[in-house]
Amino acid sequence: MAHTAKKDLKPGEFIEADVDLALGNDITAPLAIREFKKSGFKKVFNKNKIALVPDHFTPAKDLKSANNCKILAEFSKEQEIKNYFEIGRMGIEHVLLPEQKIVLPGDLVIGADSHTCTYGALGSYATGVGSTDLARAFIDGKCWFKVPHSLKFIYKGKIGKWLGGKDLILFTIGCIGVDGALYKAMEFSGPVIDRLDMDSRFAMSNMAIEAGARTGIIAPDEVTLRYVRPAPRKFKVYHSDKNAVYEKVYEWDITKLEPQVACPHLPSNVRAVGELREVKLDQVVIGSCTNGRISDLRVAAKILKGKKIKSGVRLIVIPGTQKIYLQAVREGLAEIFINAGGVFSTPTCGPCLGGHVGVLTEGEVALATTNRNFIGRMGSPKSFVYLSNPAVAAASAITGRVTHPGCIV
Amino acid sequence: MIIKGKVHKFGDDINTDDIIAAKHLVHTEAEELGKHCFESIRHDFVHKVNRGDIIVAGKNFGCGSSREHAPLALKGCGIAAVIAKNFAAIFFRNAINIGLPFLGLEEIEEIGEGDSLEIDLSSGIIKNLSKNQIYQTEAFPRFLQEIVEDGGLMSYIKKKGKGKG
Repeated sequence: MAHTAKKDLKPGEFIEADVDLALGNDITAPLAIREFKKSGFKKVFNKNKIALVPDHFTPAKDLKSANNCKILAEFSKEQEIKNYFEIGRMGIEHVLLPEQKIVLPGDLVIGADSHTCTYGALGSYATGVGSTDLARAFIDGKCWFKVPHSLKFIYKGKIGKWLGGKDLILFTIGCIGVDGALYKAMEFSGPVIDRLDMDSRFAMSNMAIEAGARTGIIAPDEVTLRYVRPAPRKFKVYHSDKNAVYEKVYEWDITKLEPQVACPHLPSNVRAVGELREVKLDQVVIGSCTNGRISDLRVAAKILKGKKIKSGVRLIVIPGTQKIYLQAVREGLAEIFINAGGVFSTPTCGPCLGGHVGVLTEGEVALATTNRNFIGRMGSPKSFVYLSNPAVAAASAITGRVTHPGCIV
Repeated sequence: MIIKGKVHKFGDDINTDDIIAAKHLVHTEAEELGKHCFESIRHDFVHKVNRGDIIVAGKNFGCGSSREHAPLALKGCGIAAVIAKNFAAIFFRNAINIGLPFLGLEEIEEIGEGDSLEIDLSSGIIKNLSKNQIYQTEAFPRFLQEIVEDGGLMSYIKKKGKGKG
Protein backbone atom coordinates (compact mmCIF):
# COMPACT_ATOMS: atom_id res chain seq x y z
CA MET A 1 0.00 0.00 0.00
CA ALA A 2 3.01 2.26 0.57
CA HIS A 3 3.67 1.85 -3.17
CA THR A 4 0.58 3.71 -4.26
CA ALA A 5 -0.96 7.07 -3.46
CA LYS A 6 -4.27 5.42 -2.62
CA LYS A 7 -5.01 4.91 1.06
CA ASP A 8 -7.81 2.40 1.24
CA LEU A 9 -7.51 -0.48 -1.22
CA LYS A 10 -10.39 -2.80 -1.91
CA PRO A 11 -10.13 -6.23 -3.55
CA GLY A 12 -11.10 -6.08 -7.22
CA GLU A 13 -9.99 -2.46 -7.56
CA PHE A 14 -7.50 -1.52 -10.32
CA ILE A 15 -4.52 0.55 -9.20
CA GLU A 16 -1.17 1.70 -10.48
CA ALA A 17 1.81 1.34 -8.16
CA ASP A 18 5.57 1.96 -8.07
CA VAL A 19 7.60 -1.22 -8.11
CA ASP A 20 10.81 -1.79 -6.13
CA LEU A 21 12.13 -4.26 -8.66
CA ALA A 22 11.29 -5.28 -12.22
CA LEU A 23 12.74 -8.61 -13.35
CA GLY A 24 13.18 -10.29 -16.70
CA ASN A 25 14.98 -13.33 -18.13
CA ASP A 26 16.40 -14.47 -21.46
CA ILE A 27 12.94 -15.49 -22.72
CA THR A 28 10.80 -12.58 -21.57
CA ALA A 29 13.23 -9.63 -21.51
CA PRO A 30 14.11 -9.60 -25.24
CA LEU A 31 10.42 -8.90 -25.99
CA ALA A 32 10.34 -6.21 -23.29
CA ILE A 33 13.52 -4.59 -24.56
CA ARG A 34 12.11 -4.52 -28.10
CA GLU A 35 8.90 -2.86 -26.88
CA PHE A 36 10.87 -0.38 -24.75
CA LYS A 37 13.01 0.61 -27.73
CA LYS A 38 9.99 0.82 -30.03
CA SER A 39 8.33 3.21 -27.61
CA GLY A 40 11.07 5.78 -28.18
CA PHE A 41 12.15 6.09 -24.56
CA LYS A 42 15.90 6.27 -24.11
CA LYS A 43 16.68 5.62 -20.43
CA VAL A 44 15.19 3.18 -17.95
CA PHE A 45 13.50 4.70 -14.91
CA ASN A 46 16.10 3.43 -12.45
CA LYS A 47 19.09 1.25 -13.34
CA ASN A 48 19.21 -0.12 -9.78
CA LYS A 49 15.63 -1.36 -9.75
CA ILE A 50 15.86 -3.71 -12.70
CA ALA A 51 17.21 -7.25 -12.68
CA LEU A 52 18.02 -9.20 -15.83
CA VAL A 53 18.93 -12.86 -15.40
CA PRO A 54 19.65 -15.08 -18.41
CA ASP A 55 18.72 -18.42 -16.86
CA HIS A 56 16.22 -20.33 -18.99
CA PHE A 57 18.13 -21.40 -22.10
CA THR A 58 21.61 -20.70 -20.73
CA PRO A 59 24.45 -21.34 -21.18
CA ALA A 60 23.04 -20.53 -24.62
CA LYS A 61 21.55 -23.74 -25.97
CA ASP A 62 21.49 -22.65 -29.63
CA LEU A 63 22.01 -19.67 -31.92
CA LYS A 64 18.64 -18.08 -31.26
CA SER A 65 19.15 -18.33 -27.48
CA ALA A 66 22.63 -16.86 -27.85
CA ASN A 67 21.12 -13.93 -29.69
CA ASN A 68 18.51 -13.38 -26.97
CA CYS A 69 21.25 -13.46 -24.32
CA LYS A 70 23.20 -10.91 -26.32
CA ILE A 71 20.16 -8.61 -26.34
CA LEU A 72 20.11 -8.77 -22.52
CA ALA A 73 23.85 -8.23 -22.19
CA GLU A 74 23.92 -5.25 -24.55
CA PHE A 75 20.86 -3.61 -23.03
CA SER A 76 22.30 -4.07 -19.54
CA LYS A 77 25.56 -2.48 -20.59
CA GLU A 78 23.90 0.40 -22.40
CA GLN A 79 21.50 1.12 -19.52
CA GLU A 80 24.10 0.32 -16.82
CA ILE A 81 21.72 -2.21 -15.23
CA LYS A 82 23.27 -3.06 -11.90
CA ASN A 83 21.67 -6.45 -11.44
CA TYR A 84 22.56 -8.21 -14.65
CA PHE A 85 24.05 -11.66 -14.13
CA GLU A 86 26.18 -13.26 -16.80
CA ILE A 87 26.59 -17.04 -16.77
CA GLY A 88 29.29 -18.05 -14.32
CA ARG A 89 27.93 -15.44 -11.92
CA MET A 90 24.27 -16.19 -12.32
CA GLY A 91 21.68 -18.53 -10.98
CA ILE A 92 18.04 -19.39 -11.49
CA GLU A 93 16.43 -15.99 -10.99
CA HIS A 94 14.13 -16.91 -8.11
CA VAL A 95 16.91 -18.64 -6.20
CA LEU A 96 19.45 -15.94 -7.03
CA LEU A 97 17.61 -12.72 -6.16
CA PRO A 98 16.77 -13.63 -2.54
CA GLU A 99 20.25 -15.12 -2.08
CA GLN A 100 21.84 -11.87 -3.31
CA LYS A 101 19.40 -9.91 -1.11
CA ILE A 102 18.11 -8.03 -4.11
CA VAL A 103 14.56 -8.72 -2.91
CA LEU A 104 13.75 -7.90 0.71
CA PRO A 105 10.62 -8.05 2.87
CA GLY A 106 8.00 -5.45 2.04
CA ASP A 107 9.17 -4.97 -1.55
CA LEU A 108 6.76 -4.71 -4.44
CA VAL A 109 8.28 -6.88 -7.17
CA ILE A 110 7.10 -7.65 -10.68
CA GLY A 111 8.82 -10.24 -12.80
CA ALA A 112 8.23 -11.31 -16.37
CA ASP A 113 8.25 -14.87 -15.10
CA SER A 114 5.31 -16.57 -13.46
CA HIS A 115 7.34 -17.90 -10.53
CA THR A 116 8.13 -14.38 -9.32
CA CYS A 117 5.60 -15.22 -6.59
CA THR A 118 8.50 -17.08 -4.89
CA TYR A 119 9.52 -13.90 -3.05
CA GLY A 120 6.24 -13.95 -1.17
CA ALA A 121 8.18 -16.20 1.20
CA LEU A 122 10.11 -13.08 2.26
CA GLY A 123 6.92 -11.17 2.98
CA SER A 124 7.11 -9.16 -0.22
CA TYR A 125 4.30 -8.70 -2.71
CA ALA A 126 5.84 -10.33 -5.74
CA THR A 127 3.94 -11.34 -8.82
CA GLY A 128 4.39 -12.56 -12.37
CA VAL A 129 3.62 -10.25 -15.27
CA GLY A 130 4.24 -10.23 -19.02
CA SER A 131 6.94 -8.72 -21.19
CA THR A 132 4.91 -5.61 -22.03
CA ASP A 133 4.39 -4.97 -18.31
CA LEU A 134 8.15 -5.19 -17.92
CA ALA A 135 8.71 -2.80 -20.86
CA ARG A 136 6.32 -0.34 -19.25
CA ALA A 137 8.10 -0.66 -15.89
CA PHE A 138 11.40 0.08 -17.65
CA ILE A 139 9.86 3.42 -18.65
CA ASP A 140 8.28 4.72 -15.46
CA GLY A 141 8.70 2.06 -12.78
CA LYS A 142 4.97 1.50 -12.58
CA CYS A 143 2.64 -1.39 -13.08
CA TRP A 144 -1.14 -1.82 -13.05
CA PHE A 145 -2.59 -4.24 -10.53
CA LYS A 146 -5.98 -5.63 -9.68
CA VAL A 147 -6.07 -5.79 -5.89
CA PRO A 148 -6.55 -9.50 -5.10
CA HIS A 149 -8.83 -11.16 -2.58
CA SER A 150 -6.93 -13.20 0.00
CA LEU A 151 -7.10 -16.83 1.01
CA LYS A 152 -5.56 -18.00 4.27
CA PHE A 153 -3.99 -21.43 4.69
CA ILE A 154 -3.22 -22.65 8.22
CA TYR A 155 -1.07 -25.75 8.62
CA LYS A 156 -1.22 -27.46 12.01
CA GLY A 157 0.42 -30.52 13.53
CA LYS A 158 3.93 -31.78 12.88
CA ILE A 159 5.46 -32.26 9.46
CA GLY A 160 6.67 -35.82 8.84
CA LYS A 161 10.20 -36.95 8.14
CA TRP A 162 11.25 -36.48 4.48
CA LEU A 163 8.56 -33.86 3.89
CA GLY A 164 9.07 -30.17 3.18
CA GLY A 165 7.41 -27.09 1.79
CA LYS A 166 7.05 -28.83 -1.57
CA ASP A 167 4.74 -31.45 -0.06
CA LEU A 168 2.62 -28.81 1.68
CA ILE A 169 2.13 -26.84 -1.52
CA LEU A 170 1.45 -29.94 -3.65
CA PHE A 171 -1.08 -31.09 -1.04
CA THR A 172 -2.68 -27.63 -1.09
CA ILE A 173 -2.90 -27.48 -4.90
CA GLY A 174 -4.29 -31.01 -4.86
CA CYS A 175 -7.05 -29.83 -2.51
CA ILE A 176 -7.99 -26.54 -4.17
CA GLY A 177 -7.08 -27.20 -7.84
CA VAL A 178 -5.06 -25.32 -10.44
CA ASP A 179 -7.57 -22.47 -10.30
CA GLY A 180 -8.33 -22.73 -6.58
CA ALA A 181 -6.70 -19.37 -5.92
CA LEU A 182 -7.37 -17.75 -9.30
CA TYR A 183 -6.41 -14.06 -9.15
CA LYS A 184 -6.05 -14.27 -5.36
CA ALA A 185 -3.26 -13.86 -2.84
CA MET A 186 -2.48 -16.97 -0.81
CA GLU A 187 -1.23 -16.51 2.73
CA PHE A 188 0.56 -19.46 4.33
CA SER A 189 0.60 -19.61 8.14
CA GLY A 190 0.34 -21.75 11.24
CA PRO A 191 2.76 -23.65 13.49
CA VAL A 192 4.08 -25.82 10.65
CA ILE A 193 5.05 -22.77 8.60
CA ASP A 194 6.63 -21.13 11.66
CA ARG A 195 9.04 -24.08 11.87
CA LEU A 196 9.87 -24.26 8.15
CA ASP A 197 13.29 -23.04 7.00
CA MET A 198 13.49 -20.43 4.23
CA ASP A 199 14.31 -22.95 1.50
CA SER A 200 11.09 -24.83 2.22
CA ARG A 201 9.15 -21.58 2.40
CA PHE A 202 10.47 -20.49 -1.00
CA ALA A 203 9.34 -23.83 -2.46
CA MET A 204 5.82 -23.20 -1.15
CA SER A 205 5.47 -19.62 -2.33
CA ASN A 206 7.04 -20.59 -5.66
CA MET A 207 4.11 -22.81 -6.58
CA ALA A 208 1.32 -20.43 -5.53
CA ILE A 209 0.96 -19.66 -9.27
CA GLU A 210 0.17 -23.34 -9.84
CA ALA A 211 -3.08 -22.71 -7.96
CA GLY A 212 -3.65 -19.59 -10.08
CA ALA A 213 -2.60 -17.17 -7.31
CA ARG A 214 -1.00 -13.79 -7.87
CA THR A 215 1.35 -14.41 -4.95
CA GLY A 216 1.94 -16.69 -1.95
CA ILE A 217 2.82 -14.69 1.11
CA ILE A 218 4.40 -15.78 4.37
CA ALA A 219 4.57 -13.09 7.06
CA PRO A 220 8.19 -12.31 8.00
CA ASP A 221 9.35 -13.73 11.34
CA GLU A 222 12.69 -14.50 13.02
CA VAL A 223 13.50 -17.09 10.34
CA THR A 224 12.98 -14.48 7.60
CA LEU A 225 14.98 -11.83 9.42
CA ARG A 226 17.90 -14.18 10.06
CA TYR A 227 17.93 -14.91 6.31
CA VAL A 228 17.93 -11.29 5.15
CA ARG A 229 20.28 -9.80 7.74
CA PRO A 230 22.65 -8.10 7.35
CA ALA A 231 20.51 -6.41 4.72
CA PRO A 232 22.07 -4.10 2.13
CA ARG A 233 19.26 -1.56 2.48
CA LYS A 234 16.28 -0.71 4.65
CA PHE A 235 13.19 -2.84 4.35
CA LYS A 236 9.75 -2.93 5.87
CA VAL A 237 8.05 -5.83 7.59
CA TYR A 238 4.32 -5.98 6.93
CA HIS A 239 1.88 -8.21 8.76
CA SER A 240 -1.71 -8.86 7.86
CA ASP A 241 -4.17 -6.53 9.55
CA LYS A 242 -5.62 -7.96 12.78
CA ASN A 243 -9.08 -7.61 11.27
CA ALA A 244 -8.02 -8.80 7.81
CA VAL A 245 -10.86 -10.25 5.77
CA TYR A 246 -10.17 -13.52 3.99
CA GLU A 247 -12.42 -14.84 1.29
CA LYS A 248 -11.79 -18.29 2.69
CA VAL A 249 -9.67 -19.87 5.43
CA TYR A 250 -8.34 -23.41 5.01
CA GLU A 251 -7.03 -25.27 8.04
CA TRP A 252 -5.32 -28.64 7.90
CA ASP A 253 -3.56 -30.93 10.36
CA ILE A 254 -0.75 -32.35 8.25
CA THR A 255 0.76 -34.71 10.85
CA LYS A 256 -0.15 -37.82 8.89
CA LEU A 257 0.67 -36.38 5.47
CA GLU A 258 2.82 -38.64 3.26
CA PRO A 259 5.24 -37.16 0.70
CA GLN A 260 3.12 -35.84 -2.17
CA VAL A 261 3.57 -36.44 -5.89
CA ALA A 262 1.78 -34.60 -8.71
CA CYS A 263 0.98 -36.93 -11.62
CA PRO A 264 0.75 -36.00 -15.31
CA HIS A 265 -0.48 -33.62 -16.61
CA LEU A 266 -1.48 -31.10 -13.94
CA PRO A 267 0.15 -29.97 -10.67
CA SER A 268 -3.21 -30.56 -8.97
CA ASN A 269 -3.25 -34.26 -9.88
CA VAL A 270 -1.68 -35.12 -6.52
CA ARG A 271 -1.31 -38.53 -4.85
CA ALA A 272 0.57 -39.85 -1.83
CA VAL A 273 3.95 -41.32 -2.81
CA GLY A 274 2.88 -44.79 -1.67
CA GLU A 275 0.17 -44.99 -4.31
CA LEU A 276 2.65 -44.69 -7.17
CA ARG A 277 5.08 -47.56 -6.50
CA GLU A 278 4.44 -49.01 -9.95
CA VAL A 279 5.51 -45.89 -11.85
CA LYS A 280 8.79 -46.66 -13.66
CA LEU A 281 11.16 -43.81 -14.39
CA ASP A 282 13.63 -42.93 -17.15
CA GLN A 283 14.86 -39.68 -15.64
CA VAL A 284 15.03 -37.87 -12.31
CA VAL A 285 15.66 -34.12 -12.14
CA ILE A 286 16.61 -32.36 -8.90
CA GLY A 287 16.78 -28.59 -9.20
CA SER A 288 14.73 -25.59 -10.44
CA CYS A 289 13.44 -22.39 -8.84
CA THR A 290 11.26 -24.62 -6.67
CA ASN A 291 13.84 -27.05 -5.27
CA GLY A 292 17.36 -26.08 -6.36
CA ARG A 293 18.49 -24.73 -3.01
CA ILE A 294 21.23 -26.04 -0.73
CA SER A 295 18.91 -27.87 1.68
CA ASP A 296 17.27 -29.57 -1.31
CA LEU A 297 20.67 -30.84 -2.47
CA ARG A 298 21.62 -31.84 1.08
CA VAL A 299 18.57 -34.04 1.59
CA ALA A 300 19.05 -35.64 -1.83
CA ALA A 301 22.73 -36.31 -1.09
CA LYS A 302 21.86 -37.81 2.28
CA ILE A 303 19.78 -40.44 0.50
CA LEU A 304 22.18 -41.00 -2.40
CA LYS A 305 25.35 -41.21 -0.30
CA GLY A 306 27.19 -44.43 -1.08
CA LYS A 307 24.41 -45.60 -3.40
CA LYS A 308 24.14 -46.04 -7.15
CA ILE A 309 21.19 -44.94 -9.22
CA LYS A 310 19.28 -47.65 -11.04
CA SER A 311 20.74 -48.79 -14.33
CA GLY A 312 18.77 -47.23 -17.18
CA VAL A 313 17.79 -44.19 -15.12
CA ARG A 314 19.32 -40.76 -15.68
CA LEU A 315 19.79 -38.45 -12.70
CA ILE A 316 20.32 -34.73 -13.34
CA VAL A 317 21.10 -32.47 -10.41
CA ILE A 318 21.07 -28.73 -11.01
CA PRO A 319 22.02 -26.32 -8.21
CA GLY A 320 20.08 -23.04 -8.23
CA THR A 321 23.04 -20.66 -8.18
CA GLN A 322 26.81 -20.55 -8.45
CA LYS A 323 27.01 -20.04 -4.68
CA ILE A 324 24.94 -23.17 -4.06
CA TYR A 325 27.02 -25.04 -6.64
CA LEU A 326 30.23 -24.14 -4.84
CA GLN A 327 28.76 -24.99 -1.45
CA ALA A 328 27.63 -28.37 -2.79
CA VAL A 329 31.18 -29.01 -4.00
CA ARG A 330 32.67 -27.97 -0.65
CA GLU A 331 30.26 -30.11 1.36
CA GLY A 332 31.00 -33.14 -0.82
CA LEU A 333 27.45 -33.26 -2.21
CA ALA A 334 28.61 -32.94 -5.82
CA GLU A 335 30.85 -35.95 -5.31
CA ILE A 336 27.95 -37.99 -3.92
CA PHE A 337 25.78 -37.19 -6.96
CA ILE A 338 28.58 -37.99 -9.41
CA ASN A 339 29.57 -41.21 -7.62
CA ALA A 340 25.94 -42.27 -7.65
CA GLY A 341 26.00 -41.97 -11.44
CA GLY A 342 24.31 -38.59 -11.79
CA VAL A 343 24.95 -35.42 -13.77
CA PHE A 344 25.88 -32.31 -11.76
CA SER A 345 25.09 -29.31 -13.96
CA THR A 346 25.75 -25.60 -14.00
CA PRO A 347 22.69 -23.58 -12.85
CA THR A 348 19.93 -23.33 -15.46
CA CYS A 349 16.14 -23.69 -15.73
CA GLY A 350 17.01 -26.17 -18.50
CA PRO A 351 14.84 -29.29 -18.40
CA CYS A 352 12.06 -27.80 -16.25
CA LEU A 353 10.53 -26.24 -19.35
CA GLY A 354 11.95 -28.70 -21.84
CA GLY A 355 14.70 -26.29 -22.82
CA HIS A 356 17.91 -28.32 -22.63
CA VAL A 357 20.05 -30.40 -20.21
CA GLY A 358 17.62 -33.30 -20.09
CA VAL A 359 14.75 -33.07 -22.56
CA LEU A 360 12.45 -36.13 -22.66
CA THR A 361 11.63 -38.08 -25.79
CA GLU A 362 8.41 -39.90 -26.66
CA GLY A 363 7.21 -42.37 -24.06
CA GLU A 364 9.73 -41.34 -21.39
CA VAL A 365 8.77 -40.75 -17.78
CA ALA A 366 10.48 -38.31 -15.41
CA LEU A 367 10.19 -37.50 -11.74
CA ALA A 368 11.27 -33.92 -11.14
CA THR A 369 11.45 -31.49 -8.25
CA THR A 370 10.26 -28.81 -10.68
CA ASN A 371 6.88 -27.08 -10.67
CA ARG A 372 4.91 -28.02 -13.79
CA ASN A 373 3.95 -31.28 -15.45
CA PHE A 374 1.83 -30.03 -18.33
CA ILE A 375 1.73 -31.98 -21.61
CA GLY A 376 5.13 -31.62 -23.28
CA ARG A 377 6.56 -29.53 -20.46
CA MET A 378 9.88 -31.40 -20.38
CA GLY A 379 10.05 -32.19 -24.09
CA SER A 380 7.94 -34.56 -26.14
CA PRO A 381 4.15 -34.10 -25.90
CA LYS A 382 4.15 -37.88 -25.43
CA SER A 383 6.37 -37.83 -22.33
CA PHE A 384 5.22 -37.85 -18.69
CA VAL A 385 6.36 -35.71 -15.76
CA TYR A 386 5.73 -36.40 -12.07
CA LEU A 387 6.55 -33.73 -9.45
CA SER A 388 7.91 -34.38 -5.97
CA ASN A 389 10.25 -33.15 -3.27
CA PRO A 390 14.04 -33.79 -3.56
CA ALA A 391 14.07 -36.67 -1.04
CA VAL A 392 11.48 -38.64 -3.03
CA ALA A 393 13.34 -37.80 -6.25
CA ALA A 394 16.66 -39.09 -4.87
CA ALA A 395 15.12 -42.30 -3.48
CA SER A 396 13.32 -42.90 -6.77
CA ALA A 397 16.54 -42.49 -8.78
CA ILE A 398 17.97 -45.42 -6.80
CA THR A 399 15.04 -47.78 -7.36
CA GLY A 400 13.93 -46.55 -10.78
CA ARG A 401 10.36 -46.29 -9.49
CA VAL A 402 8.49 -43.65 -7.48
CA THR A 403 9.75 -44.44 -3.98
CA HIS A 404 9.28 -43.23 -0.41
CA PRO A 405 12.67 -42.13 0.98
CA GLY A 406 11.95 -44.21 4.09
CA CYS A 407 12.34 -47.34 1.95
CA ILE A 408 15.96 -46.42 1.16
CA VAL A 409 17.36 -44.90 4.34
CA MET B 1 -15.30 -3.32 -33.21
CA ILE B 2 -17.04 -6.39 -34.66
CA ILE B 3 -15.30 -9.75 -34.88
CA LYS B 4 -16.76 -12.55 -36.99
CA GLY B 5 -15.27 -16.01 -37.17
CA LYS B 6 -15.50 -19.74 -36.68
CA VAL B 7 -15.11 -21.42 -33.31
CA HIS B 8 -12.25 -23.67 -32.20
CA LYS B 9 -13.27 -25.35 -28.94
CA PHE B 10 -10.92 -26.22 -26.10
CA GLY B 11 -11.43 -27.59 -22.58
CA ASP B 12 -10.51 -26.39 -19.09
CA ASP B 13 -7.08 -25.29 -17.82
CA ILE B 14 -5.49 -24.71 -21.24
CA ASN B 15 -1.99 -23.66 -20.19
CA THR B 16 0.56 -21.49 -21.94
CA ASP B 17 2.76 -24.54 -22.69
CA ASP B 18 -0.24 -25.91 -24.63
CA ILE B 19 -0.61 -22.63 -26.51
CA ILE B 20 3.08 -22.32 -27.35
CA ALA B 21 5.66 -24.94 -26.31
CA ALA B 22 8.79 -23.63 -24.60
CA LYS B 23 11.10 -24.79 -27.38
CA HIS B 24 9.65 -22.04 -29.58
CA LEU B 25 10.28 -19.27 -27.03
CA VAL B 26 13.53 -18.38 -28.76
CA HIS B 27 11.27 -16.46 -31.16
CA THR B 28 9.58 -13.16 -30.33
CA GLU B 29 7.64 -12.42 -33.53
CA ALA B 30 3.89 -13.16 -33.45
CA GLU B 31 3.93 -14.60 -36.95
CA GLU B 32 6.70 -17.10 -36.23
CA LEU B 33 5.17 -18.10 -32.88
CA GLY B 34 1.79 -18.48 -34.60
CA LYS B 35 3.15 -21.29 -36.77
CA HIS B 36 3.46 -23.48 -33.67
CA CYS B 37 0.27 -22.55 -31.81
CA PHE B 38 -1.27 -25.53 -29.93
CA GLU B 39 1.29 -27.84 -31.56
CA SER B 40 1.58 -30.18 -28.54
CA ILE B 41 -2.12 -30.78 -27.96
CA ARG B 42 -3.66 -30.26 -31.44
CA HIS B 43 -0.97 -30.60 -34.05
CA ASP B 44 -3.20 -29.76 -37.04
CA PHE B 45 -4.61 -26.59 -35.43
CA VAL B 46 -2.55 -24.10 -37.43
CA HIS B 47 -3.69 -25.75 -40.66
CA LYS B 48 -7.35 -25.50 -39.70
CA VAL B 49 -7.39 -21.97 -38.34
CA ASN B 50 -8.43 -19.01 -40.50
CA ARG B 51 -7.71 -15.37 -39.83
CA GLY B 52 -10.51 -13.95 -37.68
CA ASP B 53 -11.38 -17.26 -35.97
CA ILE B 54 -12.33 -17.42 -32.31
CA ILE B 55 -11.19 -19.69 -29.47
CA VAL B 56 -13.89 -20.86 -27.06
CA ALA B 57 -12.55 -22.61 -23.95
CA GLY B 58 -13.44 -23.64 -20.40
CA LYS B 59 -12.14 -22.32 -17.11
CA ASN B 60 -8.65 -20.95 -16.26
CA PHE B 61 -7.57 -20.31 -19.87
CA GLY B 62 -3.89 -19.42 -20.17
CA CYS B 63 -2.71 -20.80 -16.83
CA GLY B 64 0.96 -21.52 -16.19
CA SER B 65 3.89 -19.48 -17.38
CA SER B 66 3.98 -15.71 -17.89
CA ARG B 67 5.07 -16.02 -21.52
CA GLU B 68 3.50 -13.20 -23.51
CA HIS B 69 4.48 -15.41 -26.45
CA ALA B 70 1.17 -17.26 -25.79
CA PRO B 71 -1.26 -14.45 -26.68
CA LEU B 72 1.22 -13.39 -29.39
CA ALA B 73 1.09 -16.89 -30.91
CA LEU B 74 -2.73 -16.78 -30.87
CA LYS B 75 -2.67 -13.41 -32.62
CA GLY B 76 0.03 -14.62 -35.00
CA CYS B 77 -1.98 -17.58 -36.26
CA GLY B 78 -4.99 -15.38 -36.85
CA ILE B 79 -7.12 -15.78 -33.73
CA ALA B 80 -9.19 -12.60 -33.35
CA ALA B 81 -10.62 -13.21 -29.87
CA VAL B 82 -10.77 -15.69 -27.02
CA ILE B 83 -13.95 -16.54 -25.12
CA ALA B 84 -13.58 -18.61 -21.93
CA LYS B 85 -15.31 -19.22 -18.61
CA ASN B 86 -12.45 -17.34 -16.97
CA PHE B 87 -8.79 -16.53 -17.53
CA ALA B 88 -5.56 -17.05 -15.61
CA ALA B 89 -4.28 -13.79 -14.16
CA ILE B 90 -1.07 -13.31 -16.15
CA PHE B 91 -2.73 -14.30 -19.43
CA PHE B 92 -5.48 -11.81 -18.61
CA ARG B 93 -3.00 -8.95 -18.30
CA ASN B 94 -0.88 -10.05 -21.25
CA ALA B 95 -3.92 -10.21 -23.53
CA ILE B 96 -4.91 -6.70 -22.48
CA ASN B 97 -1.37 -5.40 -22.81
CA ILE B 98 -0.94 -6.65 -26.37
CA GLY B 99 -4.52 -5.89 -27.36
CA LEU B 100 -5.89 -9.43 -27.88
CA PRO B 101 -9.64 -9.22 -27.24
CA PHE B 102 -11.12 -11.73 -24.79
CA LEU B 103 -14.47 -12.20 -23.11
CA GLY B 104 -15.69 -14.19 -20.12
CA LEU B 105 -18.74 -16.37 -20.72
CA GLU B 106 -20.29 -19.01 -18.49
CA GLU B 107 -22.43 -20.75 -21.17
CA ILE B 108 -19.57 -21.98 -23.35
CA GLU B 109 -21.06 -25.52 -23.47
CA GLU B 110 -23.80 -24.16 -25.72
CA ILE B 111 -21.24 -23.16 -28.34
CA GLY B 112 -19.93 -25.90 -30.62
CA GLU B 113 -16.79 -26.52 -32.67
CA GLY B 114 -17.13 -24.73 -36.02
CA ASP B 115 -20.04 -22.47 -34.96
CA SER B 116 -19.98 -18.98 -36.47
CA LEU B 117 -19.83 -16.20 -33.89
CA GLU B 118 -20.14 -12.46 -34.12
CA ILE B 119 -18.68 -10.46 -31.23
CA ASP B 120 -19.35 -6.79 -30.64
CA LEU B 121 -16.48 -5.78 -28.37
CA SER B 122 -17.88 -2.40 -27.41
CA SER B 123 -21.20 -3.80 -26.18
CA GLY B 124 -19.86 -7.20 -25.08
CA ILE B 125 -22.59 -8.98 -27.07
CA ILE B 126 -21.79 -12.39 -28.57
CA LYS B 127 -24.09 -13.74 -31.29
CA ASN B 128 -23.96 -17.41 -32.20
CA LEU B 129 -25.02 -17.16 -35.86
CA SER B 130 -25.09 -20.96 -36.26
CA LYS B 131 -27.45 -21.51 -33.33
CA ASN B 132 -29.24 -18.19 -33.30
CA GLN B 133 -28.33 -17.40 -29.70
CA ILE B 134 -27.26 -14.15 -28.08
CA TYR B 135 -25.16 -13.65 -24.96
CA GLN B 136 -24.45 -10.44 -23.07
CA THR B 137 -21.01 -10.53 -21.45
CA GLU B 138 -19.57 -8.18 -18.88
CA ALA B 139 -17.78 -5.13 -20.24
CA PHE B 140 -14.18 -4.47 -19.19
CA PRO B 141 -13.59 -1.97 -16.40
CA ARG B 142 -13.02 1.52 -17.83
CA PHE B 143 -9.29 1.52 -17.01
CA LEU B 144 -8.71 -1.65 -19.04
CA GLN B 145 -10.98 -0.52 -21.87
CA GLU B 146 -8.73 2.51 -22.31
CA ILE B 147 -5.65 0.31 -22.66
CA VAL B 148 -7.35 -1.97 -25.19
CA GLU B 149 -8.77 1.01 -27.12
CA ASP B 150 -5.30 2.54 -27.31
CA GLY B 151 -4.06 -0.70 -28.90
CA GLY B 152 -2.21 -2.08 -25.89
CA LEU B 153 -0.27 -0.90 -22.87
CA MET B 154 2.68 0.69 -24.65
CA SER B 155 0.53 2.98 -26.80
CA TYR B 156 -1.51 3.80 -23.71
CA ILE B 157 1.61 4.82 -21.81
CA LYS B 158 2.91 6.83 -24.75
CA LYS B 159 -0.39 8.64 -24.98
CA LYS B 160 -0.28 9.44 -21.29
CA GLY B 161 3.21 10.80 -22.00
CA LYS B 162 4.51 9.65 -18.65
CA GLY B 163 8.17 9.44 -17.76
CA LYS B 164 9.35 10.57 -21.18
CA GLY B 165 13.08 10.75 -20.93
